[in-house]
Amino acid sequence: MVPRPFRLRQVRRETHDTFTLELEPADGSDSFCFRAGQFNMLYVFGVGEVPISISGNPTNPHVLMHTTREVGTVTKAMGKLRSGDVVGVRGPFGTPWPVEQAEGADVVIVAGGIGLAPLRPALYHLLAHRDRYGKIVLLYGTRTPGDILYRRELQRWRAQFDLDVHITVDRALSGWRGNVGVVTSLIPRAPFDARNTIALVCGPEIMMRFTVLELQRRGVSPSHIYVSLERNMKCGVGMCGHCQLGPFFVCKDGPVFSYNKVQHLLEKREI
Amino acid sequence: MSQSGAEGEKRFVLPASQFQQVFDALKRLGYQIIAPTLLDEAIVYEPVESVDELPAGFTDEQRAGVYRLKRRADKAFFGYAVGPRSWKHYLYPPRQRLWQAKREGNGGFQVIPEQEQIPRYAFVGVRACELAAIAIQDRVFLGEQHCDEYYRRRRENALLVAVNCVYPAGNCFCSSVGTGPRVQEGFDLAITEVLDGKSHFLVIEVGSERGAAVLEGVDVQTATEEQWQQAQQAVDSATRRILKHLDTTDLKELLYRHLDSPHWEAVAKRCLTCSNCTMVCPTCFCHTVEDITNLQGTVAERWRRWDSCFHIDFSYIHGSPVRVSEASRYRQWITHKLASWQDQFGTLGCVGCGRCITWCPVGIDITEEIRALRRSEEGRVAPTVPKEESHANT
Amino acid sequence: MRTLETVLAEHPFFAGLEQRYLQIIVGCASNVVFEKGQIIFREGEEANRFYLIRQGRVALEVHAAGIGTLTIQTLDAGDILGWSWLVPPYRWHFDARAVELTRAIALDGECLRRKCEEDHDLGYELLKRFAEIITQRLQATRLQLLDVYGAEGHISRRGGT
Repeated sequence: MVPRPFRLRQVRRETHDTFTLELEPADGSDSFCFRAGQFNMLYVFGVGEVPISISGNPTNPHVLMHTTREVGTVTKAMGKLRSGDVVGVRGPFGTPWPVEQAEGADVVIVAGGIGLAPLRPALYHLLAHRDRYGKIVLLYGTRTPGDILYRRELQRWRAQFDLDVHITVDRALSGWRGNVGVVTSLIPRAPFDARNTIALVCGPEIMMRFTVLELQRRGVSPSHIYVSLERNMKCGVGMCGHCQLGPFFVCKDGPVFSYNKVQHLLEKREI
Repeated sequence: MSQSGAEGEKRFVLPASQFQQVFDALKRLGYQIIAPTLLDEAIVYEPVESVDELPAGFTDEQRAGVYRLKRRADKAFFGYAVGPRSWKHYLYPPRQRLWQAKREGNGGFQVIPEQEQIPRYAFVGVRACELAAIAIQDRVFLGEQHCDEYYRRRRENALLVAVNCVYPAGNCFCSSVGTGPRVQEGFDLAITEVLDGKSHFLVIEVGSERGAAVLEGVDVQTATEEQWQQAQQAVDSATRRILKHLDTTDLKELLYRHLDSPHWEAVAKRCLTCSNCTMVCPTCFCHTVEDITNLQGTVAERWRRWDSCFHIDFSYIHGSPVRVSEASRYRQWITHKLASWQDQFGTLGCVGCGRCITWCPVGIDITEEIRALRRSEEGRVAPTVPKEESHANT
Repeated sequence: MRTLETVLAEHPFFAGLEQRYLQIIVGCASNVVFEKGQIIFREGEEANRFYLIRQGRVALEVHAAGIGTLTIQTLDAGDILGWSWLVPPYRWHFDARAVELTRAIALDGECLRRKCEEDHDLGYELLKRFAEIITQRLQATRLQLLDVYGAEGHISRRGGT
C-alpha cells in the first residue's frame, strides 16, 4: 500500500509541543472518509511514517486533521512543515468508537492529555446527531493548564447546554481557577446515568486503567467501556506483527476495544 | 490402491539418472529453479541450473544448537532434512523495496510504486512441513481484508515441487503438529525418492495441472503398484524415525494460563534474544520498514525487512518498549507461535520443522519448554473428594 | 431554611450514621462563608477543624521557592476539606484558599476528638469515613506523581515517534 499525497493547508499550534495538521488530498480527489476513532499512517518525505489518530470532523470529509505531539524524529519533522507541503497518507485504519451503539444512552468521554485528539471526532459525531443521545459528558485531564488542547473549542462547548465539559489539570500555578486533581476525580460527580452509559476513554494506559476502575465504581459495566490502545505499528494492516497484544493486532482489531475484551491483557506486565 | 483409474494417472516414476529432465522441463517453461544446494557448510535453497548442484550424498546431523553436514553412503538427492533457509526467503524476501518517492517542486513528491521483475519460481525440494508453512504465510499475507501484493506476485506464479521426507533430522517433530513427514496437499508435484541398494528412482505425484504440464516434457512412466508401495514404505519408515514430540493437547490454554509463569525467567537466563529462531522460522512474518533518501534528498525509498519480536525496540512506543525483559520477549514468541496464532489465523504458527531448535546458539528447544510448563502443573491436580465423604455417600 | 442537622444528614459523608451521633456532630458544627481569595487555613497552623463544602471551590496550595504557589488539588461542593485535625500533631500541611465565594459547614475538631474519645463507636464511624477519604487522596496523589501525561510517559499514535 503506497501513501496518497495530501497537501498541508495549515499547521495550527495547539500547545507548546502539540500541533494540528489540516490536510486536503493533493491527488485530485476531493474527500477522505473515516469513522471517529480511526487512524492514518502519516509519511514525511524521506524521514519516516508514524500512526496518528484522526482528530477532525467525520461529517466534514474535505479536510483531514491530525493532532500530534513533537516527540520523535517524524513528528518533529512534521512540526517543521509549512502550508503547501505534502505528506503521505495511508488509511484510514482500525476500529471506530461505538457511536452508533451508544444511541439512546448517555455518553461519557474521558480523555487524558493528547488522548483528547482521537476522541474529538466522536464528540463531533455525537453533537451532529445530538437528539440520538442522552447526556453527553466530557471529562478531560491534562498535566498543566498550558497543555489543554483545543481551548477555544472547549470554551464554546462549555457554553453549550447540551454538553457537560469538565476539565482538570494535575498541577497549576495560582491564577488557574479550574479544577486541580487527576481526571478520575471528576468521575464520581459527573452527571450521567451509570446504568445506561457508554464510556469512551483515551489517554495513557495507566490513566485508562484507573479511569475504568472509577467508572466501574460508579456502576458502568466493563462491556460499556471502550478504550483506545497504543502499540508500535509499522503497517496498519496486521502484517508487520509489531502491534500485537495477546491475540489482537491493535492496528486492525483495535485501536478501539471494549474494555472487557482486553482487561485480562492490560493487567499483565510487558505483554 | 489400484493402478488403474484417476489415481494411477497421477503417479509416475522416473529413474534417478533422468532427474535432470525435470530441471530441463522447468527451465523450458520459464521457471527459475530454486533447490537445495551446499553453501557455507549448510544445505540452503539457492538458484540452481542442474541436478548436479543438489547436495547428493550428503545428510545433516541436527541436535539442539547443532547442525553438521555428513557424507552418506549413497547418492540420495534428498537424504537430509531442512536447513537454515526456508522458502519465505523467496516469497517474502528479507529485504524488499516497497516504493520510491521523488521530490517535486512546491513541497510535494510523487510516489512511484515498485516495478520489479519477479521470476517465476520453481521450488524443488519443498518438504511437507514447508508446504504447511507456506499455507500459513498465505493466511497472513493473502488475507481477505488486506492482501500483500509483493507476496502475492511471488506466490501466485511459484511452482511447488515437494519432496517426501525419508530421512528426518533429530529436531523434526512435524508428526506432532500434523504437517508431515508425508506431503498431503498444496503441491504441484511431489517426489518420493526410493533408494534400496539395487535401484534408485523417483516416484512423482501430480498435484495440479501446472505440475502435470511440467511432466509432459519428461519421460516418466506410470508407477507400478510395487513402486508406489516402496515409496509409501520409505515415508512410513521416516515417520517412525521422528523421535521428538510436542504434546499439542490444549496448547493454547496451557500457554495462556502461564503468562505469569516464573518459567519465562528461567528461559531468559539462557536466551540471548539473538532472533535466530525467528529468522530461520518458516512462518515468522514480522517485519519493520526503513525510510531512506539519496544524498541530495531528492529520492526517498521505503524498504521493508524482517524484524523479530526478540529485538528490544520491536515493541517500542514513545518513551520505552512494552517488552523490556528477555523473559517477556521469549514469552511473546512462544505464546504467539503456539497460542495466539490460533486465535489470529486458525492454525498453529509452528510446523514442527525444528529449525528454531537447531539454530538456537544455546540450544533452547521449543518442545522442551512446553514440557517444562506442563511439568510445572503436575501436582496441581484438581481436588478430589475425600474418602470419608465418598463412604458416607455410598 | 434547612437546618444544619438536615444538611449534615443528607451529606453522603454522614450517610448511615445513627441519629444520636448526628446530633453530637451538629453540636460541633457551624456555617461559614469564605470570600473569593480568602485563606481558610495556612500550612503549619493548628488544625482544629474540618469543612463540608456546600458551594464554591477551595484550592490546596503549597509555596515553593523558585516555583511559586502551586495548586495541588481543588475541592468542590460535596467534598470534605481537611483531615489533619484527626492525626497528631494536628497541624495543616497545606494552605487552603477559597478560589471563589465558598460556603461550608465547619466542624470543630477538638470537640469531635473529645467526643470520639468518650464514645469509641462514634470514633470508629468517623475514622472509617475519613480512612476512605484519605485513601482516595492517596490514590489520586500516586496517579499525579506518575505524571502520566509527561513527555516521557506518552505514546506514539497520539504522541508520534
